[in-house]
Amino acid sequence: MEQVQLHDWARYTPVQRFQRYGLFALTALVVAWALGSVNIIWAWVWDAPTQMGDLFSRMVPPDPTHLDQILSALWETVNLATIATALAVVLALPVAYIAAQNTTPNALTLWLGRFILVSSRSVNTIIWALLFVAIFGPGVVAGIVAIMFRSIGFLGKLLGEAIEEIDPKPVEALKACGASHFKVVLYAIVPQVMPTFFAVAILRWDINLRESTVLGLVGAGGIGMILQGAIDTFNWQEVSTVLLAIIALVVAGEIVSSYLRRRIL
Amino acid sequence: MSTAKDTWRKRPFIANPLLRYGLYAAIVVYVVTTFATLPIDWDRIAQGLSRAGRIFGGAFPPSFQRSELLIDGFLESLKIAILATVGGIILSIPIAFMAARNIVPLPVFYVGRAIIIIARSFHPVIVAIIFVKAVGFGPFAGILTLIVYSIGFVAKLLAERIEEIDPGPVEAMKAAGAPFLSTLIYAVFPQIMQRQIGLGIYQLDSNLRASAVVGIVGAGGIGATLANAFGRYDYDFALAITMVIVGVILISEAVSGAIRKRIA
Repeated sequence: MEQVQLHDWARYTPVQRFQRYGLFALTALVVAWALGSVNIIWAWVWDAPTQMGDLFSRMVPPDPTHLDQILSALWETVNLATIATALAVVLALPVAYIAAQNTTPNALTLWLGRFILVSSRSVNTIIWALLFVAIFGPGVVAGIVAIMFRSIGFLGKLLGEAIEEIDPKPVEALKACGASHFKVVLYAIVPQVMPTFFAVAILRWDINLRESTVLGLVGAGGIGMILQGAIDTFNWQEVSTVLLAIIALVVAGEIVSSYLRRRIL
Repeated sequence: MSTAKDTWRKRPFIANPLLRYGLYAAIVVYVVTTFATLPIDWDRIAQGLSRAGRIFGGAFPPSFQRSELLIDGFLESLKIAILATVGGIILSIPIAFMAARNIVPLPVFYVGRAIIIIARSFHPVIVAIIFVKAVGFGPFAGILTLIVYSIGFVAKLLAERIEEIDPGPVEAMKAAGAPFLSTLIYAVFPQIMQRQIGLGIYQLDSNLRASAVVGIVGAGGIGATLANAFGRYDYDFALAITMVIVGVILISEAVSGAIRKRIA
């Protein structure tokens, strides 16, 4: 039996194939550039597995002698994240209001709102924390303010987008009835953005819980201070206890936030 | 004729009044006790305003005099981000397969999920500190940190994508007697590649942001330059660095968004 000659089939046209190979080559070139010029001491790289193994062997077993201090620092971290999220939520409301195209009073306030959102979002919490530790001194206040500053941008952006996507009919209906501006906001806009508001606030609380675990490393309070202390004194067994505590905190935060999301939404 | 109520009130958010006022009271008690118990040094905070004045006074105008240092720091951040993204994406593929319920047996699934949870639980700064202690200061620690960070995010979303694939091709391959690896390559990979590329581009952007931060604890890149400038009270240079970071992040966000829109 003679073999049936199949028509040559190709997934890509020659141009597409050329583009693909070009992209692959470009990617490879960029990676090679990065790998070739990055300032790495290769001896340290080959030594890394041994060093990591050594470090982990020093970490076990976790040392629970300072567990009470760790737990109280953990609670402080939770409080820090919660208070900062609450304050940020309150402050984000007016920002979202002026950053949404359909509610902002005029073009100037729109740009002001957008400027606040962009500058808040583009600077990382840790960098904010560096600044506020320099201003307020080491401690939880710097941490609270840092988290607040970062969260306003996040909350304001998402809330502002929710405001822009509302159904305009209730607003028009209330305006047609002669409702005051305040009442239009309260009865036509607020109910429509309420679900987003809670979803975003809970999401940000979860993120802030994670971020507040590292604020202590730059001196801004919480569990990170204890971690830094343990690392500085080479107390690796305590370091592993703190790390386990942080995992427990983050997992617990995720459980709480997913429970709240299900209950409220 | 019954008299209609002439006032209307918005329905309360929580119907049960006991629960509603209980919740309000609980919130007030929580806020008051927290503020009372947090170790806050009010005197020190009162000095904050004058200190802020000094810092901002020193920060204006931003100084771009040492722009070589700034550019070097940025190129290093970029290299860290690129290498970490490549490493993270390659490593996240097997881990994502391990964490996809429809591909692997249950014990392997738990191992895969555990890796992802651990990688996600630690903020990159904590991971960076550990790696800096283990492998020394510099970009290598930063690359390792961001690889862990990338795994936590990319592997999680990729695993979710794998769990959502169309099982038809997989069954067809199995029915034709294909071994496990061939099934993965020919039935699963084509279904997840697009998502993986999108995730990779997103992660590159995200790693560039994060590399600005991990440098603060000694893991190389622009963050190290920023932390040094801040530590030496060079507030004008620190402001210049921060402004450049913000600019680069905005550009990279726009570029990554545009690319993802095109391939989606």
